[in-house]
Amino acid sequence: MGTETLKYVISLSEVGKLLGNIKGQGFHVVGPVLADGAIIYDTIHSIEDLPSGYQDEQEGGHYRLKKSTGRRGERDALFRYTVGPSSWKRFLFPPEQKLWKAVREGKSFSIESPKEKPPRYAFFGVRPCEVSALKIQDKVFCNNDFQDKGYAEKRKKSLVIAVNCTRSVSTCFCRSMDTGPKANGGFDLALTEISDGKNHRFIVEVGSKKGSKLLKGIDHTLAERHDLSSAAARVNSAKRAMKRQMPKDAAKILSKNSEHPHWKDVAARCLNCANCTMVCPTCFCSTVEDTTSLSGDVAERWRRWDSCFTVDFSYIHGGPIRRDSAARYRQWLTHKLSSWHDQFGTSGCTGCGRCITWCPVGIDITEEIKALQKGGK
Amino acid sequence: MAKNRKPKLAVWKFSSCDGCQLSLLDCEDELLAVADSVEIAYFLEASRAEIAGPYDISLVEGSITTPHEIERIKKVRAQSRALISIGACATVGGIQALKNYRNVDDLIMTVYAHPEYIDTLTTSTAIADHVTVDFELRGCPINKEQLLELINATLNARKPNVSQHSQCIECKLAGTVCVMVSQGKPCLGPITQAGCGNVCPRCDRGCYGCFGPKETPNPAALSTRMKELGLSDREVKHFYRLFNTGAPAFHDEGNAHE
Ligand code: SF4
Ligand code: SF4
Ligand code: SF4
Ligand code: SF4
Repeated sequence: MGTETLKYVISLSEVGKLLGNIKGQGFHVVGPVLADGAIIYDTIHSIEDLPSGYQDEQEGGHYRLKKSTGRRGERDALFRYTVGPSSWKRFLFPPEQKLWKAVREGKSFSIESPKEKPPRYAFFGVRPCEVSALKIQDKVFCNNDFQDKGYAEKRKKSLVIAVNCTRSVSTCFCRSMDTGPKANGGFDLALTEISDGKNHRFIVEVGSKKGSKLLKGIDHTLAERHDLSSAAARVNSAKRAMKRQMPKDAAKILSKNSEHPHWKDVAARCLNCANCTMVCPTCFCSTVEDTTSLSGDVAERWRRWDSCFTVDFSYIHGGPIRRDSAARYRQWLTHKLSSWHDQFGTSGCTGCGRCITWCPVGIDITEEIKALQKGGK
Repeated sequence: MAKNRKPKLAVWKFSSCDGCQLSLLDCEDELLAVADSVEIAYFLEASRAEIAGPYDISLVEGSITTPHEIERIKKVRAQSRALISIGACATVGGIQALKNYRNVDDLIMTVYAHPEYIDTLTTSTAIADHVTVDFELRGCPINKEQLLELINATLNARKPNVSQHSQCIECKLAGTVCVMVSQGKPCLGPITQAGCGNVCPRCDRGCYGCFGPKETPNPAALSTRMKELGLSDREVKHFYRLFNTGAPAFHDEGNAHE
């Protein structure tokens, strides 16, 4: 966004009202909720559903959530955690989806498409790295040549209420990917929380006409300089705390080192379990499965998430191409950080750190790139 | 198969607990549909009626633990068009394969009041170690949806949708939060084949490996992680010495922590 957009201040209770208004307009609101010791994305009904006061601790293969016992501002804050195991792709590109159904009619058959109308989603609490992930998946699913109608329709109707990060965790590296901790376009509204124990308020940045309409009936005033600098300082502290970095020339390092001995080294540690690809907000691979009724009169085609870490994924006539784990790990990293640029004109990585945290053995893509760089070309 | 006759289904039991056969009875509603599409010709747990072979589909439960069973499985094979082994016992020898690590005579002396009645082999082995098997359905016990899918696919002459990838994929499709990452609980899921229906992680427990090793498993890397989480070698070993201890990947990794 080239021009400075208008920024307002709203109070905590007005955020609640905003959420209520969105819901009142018929949106299915999805946002962060507490579930099984983590923050995941699920349906929310009111501001009460948001996990206030929680903070996450993340490392390679490690995630813990704690309720803050610190100062009041921390205890009251709605958004002092970062991203968890789920991502918005779950809603736009569901893990399992029926594509069509065929019914036998004598010697012929008829095809029915699923009738359910997709919901109008409002994504509430989308982090900057996740706004980037949405933009990346848009390029994959909404390009002119191969459009995924289901994704495109849901996406067009959806609202994005972003939340800038005022805290980062050790696995975040959006700073080096230029995707955060502040969102740069791609939202309808973006909130920055100022929870200082005194005046709990939010800076609201308007990103679209739809967003500006949402503010109707919400008590908002133009943000003053001290509000803006307070918000900026908070986002800056998230940025400064971020130590992890992706080397800038990751794409080149990968394209030059397809034969590096380090691939064998990482394969010895990798479980080829596919967790990294499942949690990655941009990974888009799927497979199709055909089912039949016992009588064989009805058949259905289902699409489900798949991963370059499974053997079947590269199965073609005669057998799978990527038989060993090293080949599969190389495929994941090389596509994500290198050939994605050629295919979609962007990196496939947003720096959200999910693949590091949710890898059961804590394999860290930034470290693997550095290792390839060190001993490689 | 002849057009106007229903395919004949037989269910055989070897050394096992009956749990897998029970999964078929447990199909309840779907069982009627199955009974409609096949002729249940031999299934002693469900009916005493026996219809002579040959059979189109034989489901075989249990492992081979006696000399008599070696002879019997050969006869079953000879009468079966498609032989499908079901469950951990039939596919890798089951929990009773723990006897493979011990002196069997000592075990018999300890367990039985009249050891002289016992005629057993020194090992518990999989059906495929003795005859050709057309498909192995994993699990302790098997999952009834997978069993139905397998019968369905066989009847409709299509490939069954039975994946060999990790349990972790099942967690992620279901939206289950990883217990290993979020709670530090040891879990065999990253090296275990999916298919159980995500039973344990969904109930806040690590996976026990009931479905055996997944495709291209890497148990050594998982063991390293389990030790970082605080498990002793003995505890790590016990993870592998369960229902699927007879599977080479689990057997070897168990040995590595002796
Ligand atoms: S590759 Fe990893 S850090 Fe990058 S977007 Fe995917 S999950 Fe996030
Ligand atoms: S990677 Fe950046 S934008 Fe994403 S959660 Fe961490 S700090 Fe926020
Ligand atoms: S990098 Fe980690 S999460 Fe990804 S497949 Fe390997 S072990 Fe699993
Ligand atoms: S709970 Fe176990 S099976 Fe599920 S993702 Fe974690 S390690 Fe894998």
